[in-house]
Amino acid sequence: MGVYEAVIGLEVHAELNTDTKIFCGCPTRFGQEPNTQVCPVCLGLPGVLPVLNQAALHKALKAALALNCHINQWSRFDRKNYFYPDLPKNYQISQYDLPLAEHGYLEIEIDGKKKRVGIKRVHLEEDAGKLLHEDTGGTRDRFSMVDYNRTGVPLIEIVSEPDIRSPEEAKEYLENLKTILQYIDVSDCKMEEGSLRCDANISLRPAGSKTYGTRTELKNLNSFRAVYRALAFEIKRQSEVLDSGGAVEQETLAWDDARGVTVKLRGKEEAHDYRYFPEPDLTPLQITEEILSGIKEGMPELPQQRKDRYMRELGLSAYDATVLTRSKTLSDFLDDACRLGAEPKAAANWLMGDIMRILNAEDKGIEDTPLSPGHLVEMLSLIDDGVISGKIAKTVLEEMLFTGKTPNVIVREKGLLQISDASALRTVVEQVVKDNPKVVDDYRSGKEKALGFLVGQVMKHTKGKANPQMVNSILKEVLDG
Amino acid sequence: MSLCDLTVHEVLDLIKSGEVSAKEVRESVLARIEKVESRVCSYITMTPELDSDGAFHGLPLALKDNICTRGVRTTCGSRILEHFVPPYDATVVTRLKAQGIGIVGKTNMDEFAMGSSCENSAFFPTRNPWDLDRVPGGSSGGSAAAVAAGEAMWALGSDTGGSVRQPASFCGVVGLKPTYGRVSRYGLVAFASSLDQIGPITRDVLDSAILLSVIAGHDPLDSTSAPVPVPDYVQDVRRDVKGLKVGLVREYLGQGTEDGVRSCILKAVEVLTDLGAHVEEVSLPHTAYALDAYYLIAPAEASSNLARYDGVKYGYRAEGAVGLLDMYQRTRREGFGEEVKRRIMLGTYALSSGYYDAYYLRAQKVRTLIRMDFQKAFSEYDVLLGPTAPTVAFRAGERTSDPLSMYLSDVCTIPINLAGIPAVSIPCGFSGGLPVGLQIIGKPFSEAIILRAAYAFESSTDHHKNRPALTGEGGEA
Repeated sequence: MGVYEAVIGLEVHAELNTDTKIFCGCPTRFGQEPNTQVCPVCLGLPGVLPVLNQAALHKALKAALALNCHINQWSRFDRKNYFYPDLPKNYQISQYDLPLAEHGYLEIEIDGKKKRVGIKRVHLEEDAGKLLHEDTGGTRDRFSMVDYNRTGVPLIEIVSEPDIRSPEEAKEYLENLKTILQYIDVSDCKMEEGSLRCDANISLRPAGSKTYGTRTELKNLNSFRAVYRALAFEIKRQSEVLDSGGAVEQETLAWDDARGVTVKLRGKEEAHDYRYFPEPDLTPLQITEEILSGIKEGMPELPQQRKDRYMRELGLSAYDATVLTRSKTLSDFLDDACRLGAEPKAAANWLMGDIMRILNAEDKGIEDTPLSPGHLVEMLSLIDDGVISGKIAKTVLEEMLFTGKTPNVIVREKGLLQISDASALRTVVEQVVKDNPKVVDDYRSGKEKALGFLVGQVMKHTKGKANPQMVNSILKEVLDG
Repeated sequence: MSLCDLTVHEVLDLIKSGEVSAKEVRESVLARIEKVESRVCSYITMTPELDSDGAFHGLPLALKDNICTRGVRTTCGSRILEHFVPPYDATVVTRLKAQGIGIVGKTNMDEFAMGSSCENSAFFPTRNPWDLDRVPGGSSGGSAAAVAAGEAMWALGSDTGGSVRQPASFCGVVGLKPTYGRVSRYGLVAFASSLDQIGPITRDVLDSAILLSVIAGHDPLDSTSAPVPVPDYVQDVRRDVKGLKVGLVREYLGQGTEDGVRSCILKAVEVLTDLGAHVEEVSLPHTAYALDAYYLIAPAEASSNLARYDGVKYGYRAEGAVGLLDMYQRTRREGFGEEVKRRIMLGTYALSSGYYDAYYLRAQKVRTLIRMDFQKAFSEYDVLLGPTAPTVAFRAGERTSDPLSMYLSDVCTIPINLAGIPAVSIPCGFSGGLPVGLQIIGKPFSEAIILRAAYAFESSTDHHKNRPALTGEGGEA
């Protein structure tokens, strides 16, 4: 069996999160009743004309800059012609030979090693609608319905260079890309809602070779996991073809996630001729330095920058900084908490520990919960002030995450105030010592571990509310005294 | 002469002085329609309920049926849109309504504006009011015939390769194609987007200036409409032409131009010279390639623009289709006429992989050369002159079996669309009893200058005062 190197390029479509569509004023809200977010322009009625949404252009440029691209001073829109019912004009307004931006890169990190994946181009285009295939069962009339709500939602297409060498790298590229697009607030990047879509090209070549092998194009990749699995499958499939002396066919394949295999969609000979030509209804785009410097000025901190800052300023480990910055909302939360006075490491520990555990279990983002940075800060100071223990805090946190109540309210309502009254604690300690003569003997005969049990008993009696430090010292006093 | 035979500015004066009412004018037009429409066949759809509010008192205008009107069907002369009712008004329609101009009907046209005789209408041919056996020209033939026959006070057409000017020439009226970008195309059903422009068809030059003032100007709904200020065309028109430098285009008087047309143009040159203009011959050397370039660029754009008529969303859908592809094919086979299908095929071919460079791209380069021809000429001349069409109106059926001979009737108008510049056709005489049109061409956004030259010529001639005999019967006054 030969040793092959995989050559992978990814084509990502991201819906821009503008309020309105790219060429008309219709709203872009997801999940509305079919054909309620439409007008003559996005329906392609006779005589209508497109007008470019400047917010979409702005967001596309922002994305291109965040991906280190060169912005073309002049670019233009072209028509991509093909017939399909989800495309009302039967052409898509896209960009062809003069895209918005080119020659960028995205940094990924695999096993601690950094690598740049080239970005071939970033261009702006309109999304198509959705077909709903209805099988009406009993009757002879099978039909399809079209929902044009999505028609004209702005998209950016981000095409990577064939610089990716493994499914792991592909997944890392996508994770980083998604994080960047979310940081700069240009896309929601929800694969399950289709606001982020990915196609992949993959070919194999003998390790060390500089020429490219024949590639296949993979479609229907509906999650990052699907991208990973489909690429891994293709590497194995193409390896077997080559090992058996065969040749890989240039074709378009669909990933069947349920069966875990790729299946042929169409061959090279069935490739579309899109008959691209310049869109005469739109004037060429001129991007001035002025426009670009305005966007650069408004560019927020990017994930890599934030990660460096966390390591530098908050003293977080590379791992912690990576985990926290992967989600913009989570690290925004951390930044807000720190701004409100939280001790950064303590806040980071709570976020990475209990908070992420609960969020993962609930499959939620922190933005989906009523928890606010102010509440976290309040909880941290309750711990610092000895009002509640770290253990009680876990209970309080859970309550905060689900109800949105402030920690003070929760502590009061649930009676979770830490007992720091020395005489009250002494009474409990004396009772515990009295009830556990054997353990007390163990302790006195030098078994230090026995102390832990006694502390636990005090906590049990006080429902966890006893101040642990005070319990320790009082216990020692009673036992040693 | 009836009221409906006067110009708009004449009846406005009469209304102002109280001699006639706007209602009488509107009724005169409706009466004329009643009387001659069965012979002229200008209209596809009548909309005679005219509102009388506004500056223009509902003075009836004929609107080409490729300009969208809310609630009134807009067919483009095609089966595929026979029952299409737009839910919105074109920007020009909004502007007409705002000024109190009444739309009396939607006029016949070559299907999707593809043709030069109105014979490519899916419904019926329109006749030339000067000779009912002849064509009115096209594609805005219905609009031109309506104005010539007194079936409307004025009209709007659209001009992609001569579709306003050539029928104006054939029908003895004034037709203006403004600079590309001067008038919003929003709501004009696209034929060839980089060439299409809406323009007025009127009985004289002053009316053309008035109507242009109403429709011109930037429109935020049309990205290709120019943010160039709109001058006062009506004021500018009256200035004289002394010292105006005029270039007579040699190529437009070459082979294929009828003697009767040529002699009218040469007489017009004398008139302008007498008015103080300096007229010299000028050459536009790439004229010979204009027709070829146009018949690649326009069909290429059309093949894409007309792709939306697929039976899915609106318009005609073939019955009994099996599956999607079959529905597409049957719908378009049955819904489009021969000429439209011919051009869709031409355009699809010109854009296809492997042919794009040789056809579409090369045609665009020719287009640049033609534009440069004009730029060079305009560095020396204020306006250029020539015939609008090489012939007078030809007989119905004479060219229908030979598309190439039909295409040749736009040989003098097409270069102007390719260059995106303005041109006006005005009556300049008769040949064999049929009107001849003089074409005056200007620099981008110099409508005021070409209208001024046209007005000066018109003011010292009587050609525009003639009305076809058809309308003279009956002796209304």
